[in-house]
Amino acid sequence: MKSTAKKKIFINNMITLGMVVAAWIIMEVLMGTGHVSSLLKGLLVPFCIYVIMAVSLNLTVGILGELSLGHAGFMCVGAFSGALFSKCMKGAIDPTVSLVIAIFIGAAVAAVFGILIGIPVLRLRGDYLAIVTLAFGEIIKNLVNAVFLGRDADGFHISFKDSMSLGLKDGGEVLIKGPQGITGTPQAATFTIGIILVLITLIIVMNLVNSRTGRAIMSIRDNRIAAESIGINITKYKLLAFSISAALAGVAGVLYAHNLTTLTALPKNFGYNMSIMILVYVVLGGIGSIRGSVISTVILYLLPELLRGLNNYRMLIYAIVLILAMLFNSAPQFITLRKRIFGGLKPQHAAHSGKEEA
Amino acid sequence: MTGFINYLINGISLGSVYAIIALGYTMVYGIAKMLNFAHGDIIMVGSYVVFITTHSMGMPVFLSVLLSVIVCTVLGIVIERVAYKPLRDASPLSVLITAIGVSYLLQNVALLLFGADTKSFTSVVTIPALKFADGAITVTGETLVTIISCIVIMIGLTTFINKTKAGQAMLAVSEDRGAATLMGVNVNGTIALTFAIGSALAAVAGVLLCSAYPSLTPYTGSMPGIKAFVAAVFGGIGSIPGALIGGILLGIIEILSKAYISSQLSDAIVFSVLIIVLLVRPTGILGKKLNEKV
Amino acid sequence: MSDMLSVKGLSISFGGLKAVNNFAINIEKGQLYGLIGPNGAGKTTIFNLLTGVYKPDTGTILLDGQNLTGKSTTDINKAGIARTFQNIRLFKDLSVLDNVKAGLHNHHTYSTLEGILRLPRYYRVEKEMDEEAMELLKVFGLDGECDFKASNLPYGKQRKLEIARALATEPKLLLLDEPAAGMNPNETAELMETIRFVRDHFGMTILLIEHDMKLVSGICERLTVLNFGQVLCTGPTQEVLSNPEVIKAYLGE
Repeated sequence: MKSTAKKKIFINNMITLGMVVAAWIIMEVLMGTGHVSSLLKGLLVPFCIYVIMAVSLNLTVGILGELSLGHAGFMCVGAFSGALFSKCMKGAIDPTVSLVIAIFIGAAVAAVFGILIGIPVLRLRGDYLAIVTLAFGEIIKNLVNAVFLGRDADGFHISFKDSMSLGLKDGGEVLIKGPQGITGTPQAATFTIGIILVLITLIIVMNLVNSRTGRAIMSIRDNRIAAESIGINITKYKLLAFSISAALAGVAGVLYAHNLTTLTALPKNFGYNMSIMILVYVVLGGIGSIRGSVISTVILYLLPELLRGLNNYRMLIYAIVLILAMLFNSAPQFITLRKRIFGGLKPQHAAHSGKEEA
Repeated sequence: MTGFINYLINGISLGSVYAIIALGYTMVYGIAKMLNFAHGDIIMVGSYVVFITTHSMGMPVFLSVLLSVIVCTVLGIVIERVAYKPLRDASPLSVLITAIGVSYLLQNVALLLFGADTKSFTSVVTIPALKFADGAITVTGETLVTIISCIVIMIGLTTFINKTKAGQAMLAVSEDRGAATLMGVNVNGTIALTFAIGSALAAVAGVLLCSAYPSLTPYTGSMPGIKAFVAAVFGGIGSIPGALIGGILLGIIEILSKAYISSQLSDAIVFSVLIIVLLVRPTGILGKKLNEKV
Repeated sequence: MSDMLSVKGLSISFGGLKAVNNFAINIEKGQLYGLIGPNGAGKTTIFNLLTGVYKPDTGTILLDGQNLTGKSTTDINKAGIARTFQNIRLFKDLSVLDNVKAGLHNHHTYSTLEGILRLPRYYRVEKEMDEEAMELLKVFGLDGECDFKASNLPYGKQRKLEIARALATEPKLLLLDEPAAGMNPNETAELMETIRFVRDHFGMTILLIEHDMKLVSGICERLTVLNFGQVLCTGPTQEVLSNPEVIKAYLGE
């Protein structure tokens, strides 16, 4: 009997991509006819950012099977390297081109960090790995806040104390002002660019999962010892998954940086709170379910923003919903229902999903 | 030199608070096999109870602290029963996310009840500071009480675990829950007791923390919670002496870093030390090595 | 040298306990060899030593003349030893087909980039892998369930899948750790046929650990008996099984 799984997977992936494209078309039409509130308009690019974060985190948590609590750190690294480039190039090249190049730079730098951090981290056991990734995320945020970078006719100057000690000559400018971050980045991000990046991220992750490399990564997740016994290089594939995940987070970071005029590393945007929030999106969407990450980000990010009217009670409701959702998440009836909505083949067939509850 | 000793004392004091918080984390992790992310926020709850009762109700300090411990203990037991027990057999990740939800819940309830403004916490310690070496070395009353409390708690807890039936039950459940059930150990009760003790300790830690560092907001518990968790892992998660060592060391490193290197980078340094230790000893200083059966 | 596997003086201690002491074995190419002994004798430990899960304290392991002593599990598999496990270790959330395709990893390659960009090589190699994996599944009668999640297979089929996956790595030597564990007599008889077929069809050299004496006496050509980490007896199957020392070791005194 022939395998029909490939076709099913392809169709499923197309549906996910189609959903994103449809969302884009709908929003563009609505915006064109003036039906979209400025509140919602302001949420569109951030939404893209968080979808990319969630999908890339799912690569680490759901596909590789390792709990990372420092994903925001990679976003931070990407954001700052991308913003630095754009600020340096401001006026010299078209902002959109600058954004595109910045994306590559941010992804590359984040990938490098992914490898550097992955090498020590990925050999630790589950819970320890989680706390170390959290630690790295905090370290990155802290370090970025301590950096003062300036440029003048002599080149670049760096300091960890303050702007003065950069010793810049006349005509020089301070690029990164320590805790005040980078100001004056061009706001080149648009919803369309965001959606394109979302689609690219989805395609990369989907294609990776359904390939030889994806199988190797998932076999490590499912049974490391067995994976070794069939000749799979554990370190290589763990690092590969981790760094691709980091690179994509870096892309999200660049998009984030180009959506603001001032980029600063605060606990709320690059700290563990952000990493945890993304993790919540991933878990509620279904670990290992790429489509689930997209849908859960829509619900969990947009909903509280749209509920702003309830202001004070907003986060409280969010917290209660989260707890209830997790409780129901583990009840058998809801697991089957969720699987049917959020994608994957029939329960009997493989769905590339990660370790589900009980 | 005296500067160094002062910093060292402060570090030990802060570390003692971390150690007390870390105890709660490590006990819950060892016995209930979960990371109670909301633990840090129980600290905050404990502090607010003391704040409200002393400020608005004029309750005497002793009663205030006692009430705080009771409230937190009950809160801990309720949270366990409502949010964690149903997920006891689910994946550890689910419980972690639920704990995150509980953490958000506690923070936001506090936000609604008490507002986001920073409250000025009045220290519960009335003992005057001790001065040594002609006033060059100061040991504040808070520091003294904190360190002594930590020692008392450690001794008390270790005795409890080793000498009482309930404590032995805890050890049994942490080793092998299934076997413990078969041996007639009341697992539900034991886990509830673990949360109760952990939460009571959190209340104490909260009071001590806010006495020494008097600003209180709904988010006060969050970072110390994380750091205490780091301390627990650092010392070897699941190990009580590990929590003590991890906490004290962390406090010392943090204060010394703030003093001698940079206040900005102190957190980064603390976390870096953790990473270095784990690379050398992957299960923490006193952690047990786990061997996977092939 | 017609020996596929040649082991001399293999020992390992855990803590103060010598788990394996001076173990030696010689298996010829294409032989069906059995490693038996009472529980706790150290049989799986020997497998772990042969596959690099543990590094031996002393001794040498030669596979088809190549020295594998001290190499990593991954390198040993690439050199030609594949195994199954006492407690089945399938990739639970992958499909039956993907489990086998995972085993084909090192023999059918394309880069990660080619996979992400879906270049022609991806399609070509994936097709090869699909065909080869299905062939292998057919051998074990698992092709009908190729898209099933591995954890949804009945126990007996899971064991077969594990063997299929091991074979996918194109080994020279196949180690089977209690392949008949938990099987009823019918399944065991079917497994015996399968193992014999694997040896005949693939020219495979097979070393198996087993407690089921029917299977052992049914297909093994030679046996080594292990007791307390040491070789008690070695020789042709019937000789060994009728050796009074061996019988004493199993039944105890």
